[in-house]
Amino acid sequence: MKNKKNKLEHNFSSSQEVRWCPGCGDYAVLKTMTQTLSKINLSPENIVFVSGIGCASRMPYYIETYGFHTIHGRAPSIATGLKISQPDLDIWVITGDGDALSIGGNHLLHTLRRNLNLNIILFNNEVYGLTKGQFSPTSRIGTKSPSSPKGSIGSAVNAGLFALGAGGTFIARAIDTDKRGLGSVLESAHFHKGTSLVEVFQNCIVYNDKVFSNFTSKENAIDFQIHLENGKPLLFGKDNSKGLRIRNNLELEVVDSKNNKDDILIHDETNPVLSQLLLSMEPPEFPVALGVIRKVEKQIYENNFYESHSSKMKRKVSINSVIRNGDIWTIT
Amino acid sequence: MNNMKKTNIDEKAITIRFAGDSGDGIQLMGAQFAKSTALKGNDFATFSDFPAEIRAPAGSEFGVSSYQINLGSAKIMTSGDSPSVLVAFNPAALKVNLPLLNSGAIIIINTGAFTKRNLAKAKFDKDPRLTSALSSFQLVELDIDKLTSESVLRFGLSKSKASRCKNFLALGLILWVFGHDIEKTISWINKLFIDKDTIESNKTALKAGYFFGETNEVSTTLPKYFFPPSDFSSGEYRNVKGSDALAYGLAAAAELADLPMMFCSYPITPASSLLHKLSEMEELGIGVFQAEDEIASICAAIGASYGGAIGVTSSSGPGISLKTESINLAINTELPLVIINSQRGGPSTGLPTKTEQSDLLQAVYGRSADAPIPVLSVSTASDGFDIAIEAVRIAIHHMTPVILLTDGFINNSSHPWLLPDIKKYKKIAINQPKRDIKNIFLRDKSTLARPWIIPGTKGGIHRIGGIEKDFETGNISYDPDNHQKMTNLRINKIKNISNFIPNQEVSFGPARGKLAVVGWGSSFGAINQSLRSISNKNVSQIHINYISPFPKNLKKLLEGFEKVLVPEMNMGQLSALLKDKLNLNPISFCKVTGQPFLVSELIKEINYCLDE
Ligand code: SF4
Repeated sequence: MKNKKNKLEHNFSSSQEVRWCPGCGDYAVLKTMTQTLSKINLSPENIVFVSGIGCASRMPYYIETYGFHTIHGRAPSIATGLKISQPDLDIWVITGDGDALSIGGNHLLHTLRRNLNLNIILFNNEVYGLTKGQFSPTSRIGTKSPSSPKGSIGSAVNAGLFALGAGGTFIARAIDTDKRGLGSVLESAHFHKGTSLVEVFQNCIVYNDKVFSNFTSKENAIDFQIHLENGKPLLFGKDNSKGLRIRNNLELEVVDSKNNKDDILIHDETNPVLSQLLLSMEPPEFPVALGVIRKVEKQIYENNFYESHSSKMKRKVSINSVIRNGDIWTIT
Repeated sequence: MNNMKKTNIDEKAITIRFAGDSGDGIQLMGAQFAKSTALKGNDFATFSDFPAEIRAPAGSEFGVSSYQINLGSAKIMTSGDSPSVLVAFNPAALKVNLPLLNSGAIIIINTGAFTKRNLAKAKFDKDPRLTSALSSFQLVELDIDKLTSESVLRFGLSKSKASRCKNFLALGLILWVFGHDIEKTISWINKLFIDKDTIESNKTALKAGYFFGETNEVSTTLPKYFFPPSDFSSGEYRNVKGSDALAYGLAAAAELADLPMMFCSYPITPASSLLHKLSEMEELGIGVFQAEDEIASICAAIGASYGGAIGVTSSSGPGISLKTESINLAINTELPLVIINSQRGGPSTGLPTKTEQSDLLQAVYGRSADAPIPVLSVSTASDGFDIAIEAVRIAIHHMTPVILLTDGFINNSSHPWLLPDIKKYKKIAINQPKRDIKNIFLRDKSTLARPWIIPGTKGGIHRIGGIEKDFETGNISYDPDNHQKMTNLRINKIKNISNFIPNQEVSFGPARGKLAVVGWGSSFGAINQSLRSISNKNVSQIHINYISPFPKNLKKLLEGFEKVLVPEMNMGQLSALLKDKLNLNPISFCKVTGQPFLVSELIKEINYCLDE
């Protein structure tokens, strides 16, 4: 009991000075993250934060666990090697929209496909913050930035749909300041066996302030957020007055929930078609889907690695005997 | 064909080359002949030359696969400059290999394949047998196709299946030429194949070839070679391929450190053979991860090292370029890691299947910022065993990534290897503290290395990263003086390795003299052989395995010679390094044809230097 209490008291804050801009959404995520870790109650030495490059990727320095601040886009690969060598560690990859979806897109794809048991927290602020405000792969078309003064001309990537296409087994979303929503998603990500991708809508107050306000602001929250719960109807709006149903052409539509009670879809984390529909929803036509959108079981890479490995990475024979196996001759 | 020598007993060595289509089983035939040569007690060295294209069209010049073996009673250091015997299974094999041959060489051709169609595929305007193209050679015409199909007739095999036995028919004949016993080869065939028909038909073809040799007809046209056994020191031997020796060495290092090893790689020619070999070595505590790209592979290796395993990654030049940023991460975070570069020819895709040693300066200097790294190099096929152990030892002992250079030629060559005893090697000490950790970044006084504290260790929680760290605490630091201090530390840490590596030895010849022939990597054999041939008491061979840092005595040693000649398969990279690091002014002898040095061209150059 005493031990447990000690662990609970570990607040996971490191001694290092936090260096994000005042008002940055990262602060809120850091706080919810450390609180979640306290709640999960793991020994801090068994937790590792691995990050890439970008504002969010500074996070490992601020958490009192093992941490590895790596290079741009490669955190999933380093986490992969670490997870294979020490499968019992609880590994959290901290990344951003540029880090994960631009320079590191390939690694994210393959990590999701392999389904190692680790958690990837993708801070999406739709901008390159650390390099001073250029458009990112999640920036909506027309985003004006120092490198796109007339507005960006490439379409944006949808992180969740990317993960779905890559065979991701856990896809969730939360808003930086939504302590409850984010906390519960982080916790679910931790307990999911497989690669969990959590997209956090994170406000960059300096270069992209209020870019998510069309669904995060106080006045929009109620009509443009839908918080998913597995097995529960897809309802939102004031007093859950609105709901989602499917049309004949397999498109979603928002309907009055009172009058269409029987048509309202039930959230099913395992249904890939529903996952795709929910991940594609955007205001103003639809609310943004938050919470756990997809959660399925699939083979786990490191389990397969050890199950198929004949010595479980523990040497069984000496090199002396291996090199003496086969066509050997002796000179006397 | 009249003045054919019956025996070449006075020759100490001979080079023969088997060549045919990729589907003709040339490599298998060569490997079996090498085994048989070993049992005969002769020294040898081999080299496999594969086509660059996968499934190149049959009969085409670019689809030719060759296996060269140099064997004899003398000490054999190379796979031979130019073959004295060529077995050509088709016109393309003849066409491609003709320029390599010794004048007067014996060419055994498979006349059955010299059809109009095959001649056209090999781009011969006319049948070369009818022109002067072969006038300086001794031609032995044999319908290997027909002999094979006749010999295996009773098995009722399909035409293509029957034809697949022709490598064993030719092998039988060659075994007769060299006076080998065929019993051993027969027992190998029993183990080589599973299917009974395949076993029996190949055995029959082998015997047919052997007995065919004994008939009068052939013994007048083909000489027989008998080499007395070579002078081997006593012990157990096996034939070993360069990439296999390297794989064994990595496994040996893991055993000496008593740690698991994670080999993380992405397929690339000519480095993939190492990936394949290590994939079969799970029993030795080795895990293999084939990543999605070069960068992911080195990053996974770094992750594994961070987790306490020995991370190893491997590639060839272009892949190493991609890994460069990650190498700097390993330097900055001071994690042990071995990066193996199987060098190939040219920038970009260049000559993927040809050999070159032109990534030396990339290894030593090719990174952003002041980022020193130890560099080691493999000189012969079997040498990879010890060098791999050394690379892992330095990586762990000094907490640094290490680059190990080898090349396509070494990977694909083989020779007899006196088997080492791992029990005689020094263990690799690891510094992974598990408890009572007081100072996480407390450096070892002699190596300046930080402790290797791995996640999961109680009381060891810390953070590392690519950002400059504080000397004392390891926390992020932008302090100007600290950066100077850390840069100095990184440089001194690597320089200091020269205190832990052996002194440079002289491989051949006296320790002072007129000329030192200084090389590194796969030119070892050719340089050694040329010095043995010249046998001039004023010339020595100095071959460098520890390239960065250089052994402490190297400068003094080289200053004991009037001249230093550096032959290299690049445009002068070791020369540049000797100038830069040791302020020497060597004579450069460069060759970048994708082919290894010939002993003859080295002898010419060495003599030129001596006469000058
Ligand atoms: S630039 Fe933006 S994302 Fe980066 S720390 Fe500042 S506010 Fe946060």
